[in-house]
Amino acid sequence: MKSLRKNKIGYIYGIAILLLLLAAVLGVLFGSSELRLSDMLSSLIAGDMQSPEARILLYVRLPRVLGSLICGMALAVSGAVIQGVLANRLASPSIIGVNAGAGLAVTIGSALGIIGGWRLSLFAFVGAFLTVMLVSLGARKWGASRGTVILMGVALNALLGAISDTVTTFNPEISIQSLDFKIGDFSSVTYAKLIPATVIVLISVLILLTFSNELDVLTLGDENAKGLGMNTNVMRVIFLLLSALLAGAAVSVCGLLSFVGLLVPHAVRRIATSESKHLLPLCALFGAGFVSLCDTLARVVFAPYELPVGIIMAFLGAPFFIFILIKGKGGHRNA
Amino acid sequence: MLELNRISAGYGKQTVLDGISVDFEKGKLTSIIGVNGCGKSTLLKAILGILSLSSGEIFIDGENLLTISRNEIAKKIAYLSQGKNIPDMTVEQMVLHGRFPYLSYPRRYSSHDREVAIKAMETVGVAEFAHKPLYSLSGGMRQNAYIAMALAQDTDYILLDEPTTYLDIAHQLELMRLLKQLSDNGKGIVTVMHDLPLAFDFSDTLTVMNNGGIIACGTPSELCNLPIIEDIFGVKIKQMQDGMYSYQYQ
Repeated sequence: MKSLRKNKIGYIYGIAILLLLLAAVLGVLFGSSELRLSDMLSSLIAGDMQSPEARILLYVRLPRVLGSLICGMALAVSGAVIQGVLANRLASPSIIGVNAGAGLAVTIGSALGIIGGWRLSLFAFVGAFLTVMLVSLGARKWGASRGTVILMGVALNALLGAISDTVTTFNPEISIQSLDFKIGDFSSVTYAKLIPATVIVLISVLILLTFSNELDVLTLGDENAKGLGMNTNVMRVIFLLLSALLAGAAVSVCGLLSFVGLLVPHAVRRIATSESKHLLPLCALFGAGFVSLCDTLARVVFAPYELPVGIIMAFLGAPFFIFILIKGKGGHRNA
Repeated sequence: MLELNRISAGYGKQTVLDGISVDFEKGKLTSIIGVNGCGKSTLLKAILGILSLSSGEIFIDGENLLTISRNEIAKKIAYLSQGKNIPDMTVEQMVLHGRFPYLSYPRRYSSHDREVAIKAMETVGVAEFAHKPLYSLSGGMRQNAYIAMALAQDTDYILLDEPTTYLDIAHQLELMRLLKQLSDNGKGIVTVMHDLPLAFDFSDTLTVMNNGGIIACGTPSELCNLPIIEDIFGVKIKQMQDGMYSYQYQ
């Protein structure tokens, strides 16, 4: 029985890696411009960095594909961690207002003239961290139910969104006001945005993988976790800090991409396991592959026009999410 | 021996435990009884360090618990709280987390940890459910799985907060027999109980609490005829001809 389970998990890892590779290759191959991979590679091999093919590959498609992979990974893992720490399967960075907090901070940063790079990532992280701590402390201090936490998130989303809109109203020159930022988009990904976000995401995910047992022990309940020797307050802050780093990094690259932090952890729990040592890496792989695939679709479906990736994700993700919820009805009492 | 020496503790400015001194022995099943709000659960949390002491000391086999880390305490005392989540994991995964205090770099359970967890599941009879999700188990089996997790912790003492809550009578009896068996095998079991006949039937010693203090300690036969039982609970406890205890009320 155990070996069957191990085999199943192994196959799911295989599928997740294949999905990620497929998404990455398709993302490089397809776009609004019809370019052949052989032309792009031959330009690179010949050292002709100024050719249109090489420039599109290096400065358009590659950062875009890497951005979608990194943001998908970050948001899916952040969602899984937030759900574990709050013991609330309905929570995700976009639903409880973490993305909106990061978005507000990025909006303020842009209004202050910060375009990209480490400082923008720092702004996004601070916004995400303050919001997630506010929700977490509120939930604990007032003994809020799972439903109340979600309603708090809805209210926070509205409030933070209103503040962002106020900032953009008085600073119409900033690009953050665009619809693309609000629903998530990779058309403006640059290496200046991507490099700090990638470093933050990879380090945060690695640390989280190390602490996967701690995340599971937290789900046993605060007192039982303390009885097992865990300093639950410290661990909770570490997890929320790392989840905020992930969400903030993603928002600084692609804007307020929603849904992936809710959908991917749920899907992985349904098809594979809730055990964090597998849940987190599978969320990273599936999240990266899913977002990247959606972004490629967003570029090619109405080429040469592009859709923001958030629209494609909602079209694909919502029916799939409803399907897995109905299929697994009653399967998870804690959901 | 787990020795509590004049400990006081509470929540914020409210003192719940007031100068409690009591000993709990290895190899004995001790039940803490008392009416709601008298401080039974608070006492267990104070022993574990979940709740800070405002005064007093706790010694375990001569070592002061206040001087050692929470992780080291978890290697000496296991604890099962009253309100337990039903985590979304299999029985084996949860029982393995009983080895959490022994985790070291790279934060992964060893093959020895897995052997200890399997033995713990066998001891309480949940090994056949090892790969089942916890939520698919009956309340009784799930409680046994939690006890297996406490056993995997490999401690001399296990503290349980109302472990029979939500169980039907058959599972309550089964659980108490299991706890008795564990104490007979050398564990010090300290459990908060609400069901007086169950507590009197299975315990080696009883600790009676009232208003944040301990008002009596003794064996069931010593305590059953004391008037304080009726004073506190409003019922008498009578030993029947078969040796079992029962309520007697007007």
